[in-house]
Amino acid sequence: MDVKITINGKLYEKDIEPRLLLTHFIRDAAGLTGTHVGCETSICGACTVLAGGLAVKSCTMFAVQANGAEILTIEGMAREGEMHPLQESFWEEHGLQCGFCTPGMIMTCHQLLTRNPSPDETQIRGALDGNLCRCTGYQNIVKAVQSAAGKMKHRRGAAAGD
Amino acid sequence: MKPRFVGQPIKRKEDPRLVTGASAYVDDIVLPGMLHMAVARSIHAHARIKSIDTSRASKLPGVRAVVTGEEIAANCGQLPAAGDIKNMKRPVHHPLAVGKVRFVGEPIAAVLATDAYVARDAAELIQIDYEELPAVTNPEKAVQQGSPILHEEFSDNVAYSFGWENGNTEDGFSKADTVVKQRFINQRLAPVSMEPRGVIAAIRMPENELVVWSSTQVPHLLKTQLGLMLGIPENRMRVIAPEVGGGFGSKLNVYAEEALVGYLAKKVGQPVKWIESRRENMAGTIHGRDQINDVELALKKDGTILAMKLKVIADIGAYYQLLTAIIPTLTGLLAPGAYRVPALKFDLVAAFTNKMATDAYRGAGRPEATYLIERIIDIAARKLGMDPVDIRRKNFPKPAEFPFQTSGGVFYDSANYEKALDRALEVADYKGLRKKQAELRKQGKYMGIGFSSYVEICAMGPSIAMASGGWESGTVRIEPTGTVTVSTGASPHGQGQETSFAQIAADELGIDMENVTVLHGDTARTPYGIGTFGSRATAVGGTAMYLALQDLKEKMKKFAAHMLETTPGNIEFEVGKLVMTGTARSVSFMDVVTSAYVAKKLPPGVEPGLEATRFFEPSNFTFPFGTHICVVEIDEETGEPKVVKYVAVDDCGNVINPLLVEGQVHGGIVQGISQALYEEVVYDENGQLLSGTLMDYAVPRAHDFPMFELERTVTPSPVNPMGIKGAGEAGTIGSTPSVVNAVVDALAPLGVTHIDMPLRPEKIWKILKLGRAS
Repeated sequence: MDVKITINGKLYEKDIEPRLLLTHFIRDAAGLTGTHVGCETSICGACTVLAGGLAVKSCTMFAVQANGAEILTIEGMAREGEMHPLQESFWEEHGLQCGFCTPGMIMTCHQLLTRNPSPDETQIRGALDGNLCRCTGYQNIVKAVQSAAGKMKHRRGAAAGD
Repeated sequence: MKPRFVGQPIKRKEDPRLVTGASAYVDDIVLPGMLHMAVARSIHAHARIKSIDTSRASKLPGVRAVVTGEEIAANCGQLPAAGDIKNMKRPVHHPLAVGKVRFVGEPIAAVLATDAYVARDAAELIQIDYEELPAVTNPEKAVQQGSPILHEEFSDNVAYSFGWENGNTEDGFSKADTVVKQRFINQRLAPVSMEPRGVIAAIRMPENELVVWSSTQVPHLLKTQLGLMLGIPENRMRVIAPEVGGGFGSKLNVYAEEALVGYLAKKVGQPVKWIESRRENMAGTIHGRDQINDVELALKKDGTILAMKLKVIADIGAYYQLLTAIIPTLTGLLAPGAYRVPALKFDLVAAFTNKMATDAYRGAGRPEATYLIERIIDIAARKLGMDPVDIRRKNFPKPAEFPFQTSGGVFYDSANYEKALDRALEVADYKGLRKKQAELRKQGKYMGIGFSSYVEICAMGPSIAMASGGWESGTVRIEPTGTVTVSTGASPHGQGQETSFAQIAADELGIDMENVTVLHGDTARTPYGIGTFGSRATAVGGTAMYLALQDLKEKMKKFAAHMLETTPGNIEFEVGKLVMTGTARSVSFMDVVTSAYVAKKLPPGVEPGLEATRFFEPSNFTFPFGTHICVVEIDEETGEPKVVKYVAVDDCGNVINPLLVEGQVHGGIVQGISQALYEEVVYDENGQLLSGTLMDYAVPRAHDFPMFELERTVTPSPVNPMGIKGAGEAGTIGSTPSVVNAVVDALAPLGVTHIDMPLRPEKIWKILKLGRAS
């Protein structure tokens, strides 16, 4: 089947098997390997990407279901060599260790902060429930999201003041 | 020179590649002509293989090869298993089953195809005709007469028996005012690194070298063992651990799939990749724990411990993996915990059962010990009417008594247990907590406070205690342009040594951290080493690097002294330069480096170049310690225990990067709490794995925890020159008993003295209902 899927602003047109998972389209067809596969059952969240702004588990979505969609992956988060505030904050707050869950975590957090720019700790923990991390105990991930929320608010404030 | 980097919470050099998705784990590596392997596995816990029909699989378009047990057994060695325990039974363990399968998930056949989807399709098409046999999954039943026998070359399922006695246990028990006894079940756990295992192998010209990329914690050991299994000379083997997505001990091993991928790459002459699915990971990657501990503790009525008896039944599964046999023996070493236990009798029986092998999972044999001693001391305190704090304090050895020889047979290096306990009491406001508990009890609410004053065995080494050496290596090369390349035999996979080692090297040499690169995980780019496990990478591997740095500094001082016409003893390092002590005279770091490489004016007897390799053999383990205090509240309606406060005061000796230590402690605590409350690998009585996916196995989530309150005391270790103890496992080891102690404390008004883990809501709910009813 022919599909047209835009990933991080670039259009990929491919003839694919109907059973090809979106995550494998992203990883193999587009060669963007920052999206990881951790469980193949949509529990661990390592494969989370944004499809039309919505966080989805790309391991349990067929690529054909994303035909025509705009996908954002971890590789699309930094702009002109500058990290997204979430990426910066995960770095600064030591919100990652082995890094395998991190791209999915960041994409989920991106959706959270889009919907709720000032989440409290409980809301952050709740939003992260679809993403497993085995290294950090989530402690510094929560701190990273809080820090990123502050930065994004500040930047929006600065932009509004321009 | 004052340290500029060591001791500072410096953000990691590793992270930019990880947060941007630029990093490459095994599955991210694609080689030209790469084929994909899939494995057909046993669906039965115990069965004879009557026949295997691979014809349908072989005919599927895209399939390049199908191999079964006989071919592999004829061409590939068995899986290695360490341990030289007397009378240890060593069963045959081929990478693919031959004749019989002994656990669900055991590899039976491997398929090679041009596409990963096709490979899986083909594996499904392999027809295996089984004759089912009765399975045994209970280790106590497994060692009884009449049990189904897993390995028919032996008369029973006792893998080995082991034990020793230090001190006079009977004497201690005869003098006791009171004896407490309890059976503890330390349930089977799955390590669940977020990245499953994965392997790629490819033959590379011109040397016909087999290059293996594996998600491993031990690339060097894997190189040696795979070379032996595959009959490839070790100097034509290269193993690369690329970015590794967590291990927790599960990747400290040599697995069947690593040998299969290597064999197939050699056989077909094309690169081969295998990526483990999560189902395979749950069934076919090692598990941890799974011990039954029968403990008896003899005490005087003032709480003084006199002696301890410990009987362990270890359910080790169907075969030995690399360290399967050794792990349960570690439980005895640490059984006295942080206390003076004058006599200890330790008896261990390891049983073969129809399950996956147990092996090293974060803590590996020591969490079991900490759990049983920290639980039994609480049970004793309750029986004696003592506060859990007082009984602990009463039995701590004093700081002046270190090095302290224990009845576990080891020498604790250094400690101040009371200081960590006192600090934890202060941070937690213990008095306030007890007051609050009394108030809540009046309202019929259940709140509990649990302690764990743990000690643990880290920094593994020394070699005498380790199956394949406990040393570590480090090479430092100052390049001609002044940048520094460190290569370590350790193999970090999330711990952050690219950063912490750079901090050390930069401080020692007086240069900036940006000028230090740390290489690891590639046998062609690093000196031979042991790997990362047992909280050893910094304490042992970091020390090897530190020694190499000292060698280079001595050599640079000779060059500087020659240039300044003085003696090396008069030279000291400052930032960017080497200075003649007490004068304004100096030479720049760069000028010394240049002088060592252009070699026009060598000091007499000094060789050119600036590269040093050292191997550090530690004289002992290190013994980090601390006190954790857990506060739980129990929902009376659902029985759900909730950790509402968690205080951890840990002492891991001197700290290179507090950010990294904090991260290790956080993750460790969560894994430990999760053993207490959530996680359990469950096989049914037929040996079917019921917890085979992440839907069924309860990896904890963000909402399960509050923010932890962490503090540290600092008692340097005398075992290595930087005074480091190690921090990788303390959180896991310390936390589990504090949680169970807290829940038991909460339910104490109902007469509860023990509940086995995991403390699921339904267990507590039943107690609440029965307790109320009675």
